[in-house]
Amino acid sequence: MNAFDSTSGIEPTPPRLRLRTQPPPERGPAANGHRSIATEVVFDSEDVSIFYGPKQALSNVNLRIRRGQITALIGPSGCGKTTFLRSLNRMNDSVPGFHIEGQIRYHGHDMYAGNVDQVEVRRRIGMVFQKPNPFPKSIYDNIAWAPRNLGLKKGLDERVEKALRGAALWDEVKDRLKNSALGLSGGQQQRLCIARAISIEPDVLLLDEPASALDPIATGAIEELMHSLKGRFTIVIVTHNMQQAARVADRTAFFSLESTSAAKSVGTLIEFDDTEKIFADPRDPRTRDYVTGRFG
Amino acid sequence: MSAGFDPTAPLTPSGNLKRRQLFSRFALVGATAAAVLAVAVLVLVIYAVASRGLSAISLDFIFKAAPDGIGPELVGTGVIVAIATLIAMPIGVLIAIFVTEYAGRRATNAVKLTLDLMNGLPSIIIALFIFGLLVETRGQSGFAAAVALSIIEVPLVARGSQEVLRLVPASQREAADALGVARWRSTMTIVLPAALGGIVTSTVLAVARAAGETAPLIFATSLGNTDRYSLNPFEPLPTVPVRIYELSEEANPAGFTEAWGLSLILISLILFASLGARALLARSKRKMTA
Repeated sequence: MNAFDSTSGIEPTPPRLRLRTQPPPERGPAANGHRSIATEVVFDSEDVSIFYGPKQALSNVNLRIRRGQITALIGPSGCGKTTFLRSLNRMNDSVPGFHIEGQIRYHGHDMYAGNVDQVEVRRRIGMVFQKPNPFPKSIYDNIAWAPRNLGLKKGLDERVEKALRGAALWDEVKDRLKNSALGLSGGQQQRLCIARAISIEPDVLLLDEPASALDPIATGAIEELMHSLKGRFTIVIVTHNMQQAARVADRTAFFSLESTSAAKSVGTLIEFDDTEKIFADPRDPRTRDYVTGRFG
Repeated sequence: MSAGFDPTAPLTPSGNLKRRQLFSRFALVGATAAAVLAVAVLVLVIYAVASRGLSAISLDFIFKAAPDGIGPELVGTGVIVAIATLIAMPIGVLIAIFVTEYAGRRATNAVKLTLDLMNGLPSIIIALFIFGLLVETRGQSGFAAAVALSIIEVPLVARGSQEVLRLVPASQREAADALGVARWRSTMTIVLPAALGGIVTSTVLAVARAAGETAPLIFATSLGNTDRYSLNPFEPLPTVPVRIYELSEEANPAGFTEAWGLSLILISLILFASLGARALLARSKRKMTA
């Protein structure tokens, strides 16, 4: 059995999440899709608009993210791609004035329903941030911290090793697990953060520009890692780097800033399709301008 | 000419710049003098206490009971301050955690204001409060004094801890949040350990402040103690500040020297604690922001 198979990985914690199931059960609202859906839908975003106080950051995002795939969110600065990513595990909740309209369904459950627990959401949907943020603890304790606090204490050593192997970091750190994580290079720290995220075997990994603070070699290592994690986890990645999206993603969503009135502009999903299609033959001229470098 | 000056003139003061520079020099001198004065006052106080008290200090003076020494007073002050800190530290740290980790902006401001007001409360008011609350009904005791001192310590611990908790980077809390671990556990295992150095420091500063408070002790633990060694906080304990006060009230020149000696010991303890704590704080701040 694959240790990181996402369905078995959830098992250690009993399903405590009391999510309100929306009318279409289990499979998500595939029925009204315009084409037959082979893979299970993990996230289904329907008419999602996001506001920070009076300012609208995103308008009417409709997209579906499928299990086991890598989905890239690209677009110019301020287009709301990070906002959208962070709303997928409710990391925006603590931002003052945050307010969401529409619905994001996770395996068919409304993520913003009143009875949904943020902690449970994040236990299933992990996140890696732009800047590596290891804890000021040893390498081992960085990985072991979350399992310990989630009651997954059995076989902790094996779990740590598995996570580090999964993040392609084991060979580099196996002889110095007790050393401080802050002594690692930036690229190693970021892979440590990925190892930390997969140590609790989540269902989804959200990556917020995980390589933007890294040099090209470390970036290459992270991209290789993403390929190896694909399939075991559903991965959503925000990136500024279009070549990166083209290299790693199965599907790509292009966001842009659209003017709604003279003074206001709002993040909008322009096009969402297979990555090859987005880069080779986009339907929308705005997408073409962006991916060919004529804009942004 | 739109600029109002000749751009080709030499770059020496022109117009009223000379007058403005003179004024600025005066302001600088005044500010420097004020700062020097503050330092001078501290140095003078320490010098006055040391020159008069040094001759009183000996091993007997530190370890023996009255009339030769002040051993019981040192122990009494130690017991009372220790109990006060045991009460104040958890409360202060919890307040700081509430403010930095849980409270919204309005609650934060309200709590901060309350703490600052509490910190400015004259100790005689706290003394009276404790007198009414504990001493009137149950009589004097070391414990009553400890409660009074803990009221003085709480705002210092809370404000100090809050400052260091705020220095823990938000990215650490985000990392912990994103792992599906509940806030309280993240606070206890990630945030608090990172801020531990600063929390200990602010506690030491609070201890230093509380150790020298006199008014609450006069109200709570000044009568009936017999200048003998005691660790029992439920009877009146002899203390350093009260002894200084009593000695300086007596018409006895030998007692004056003793009072100076006692003052020297108290001031040294407080100075060393404060300086040590500040050094510790500077170190842990460097470690956290590095």
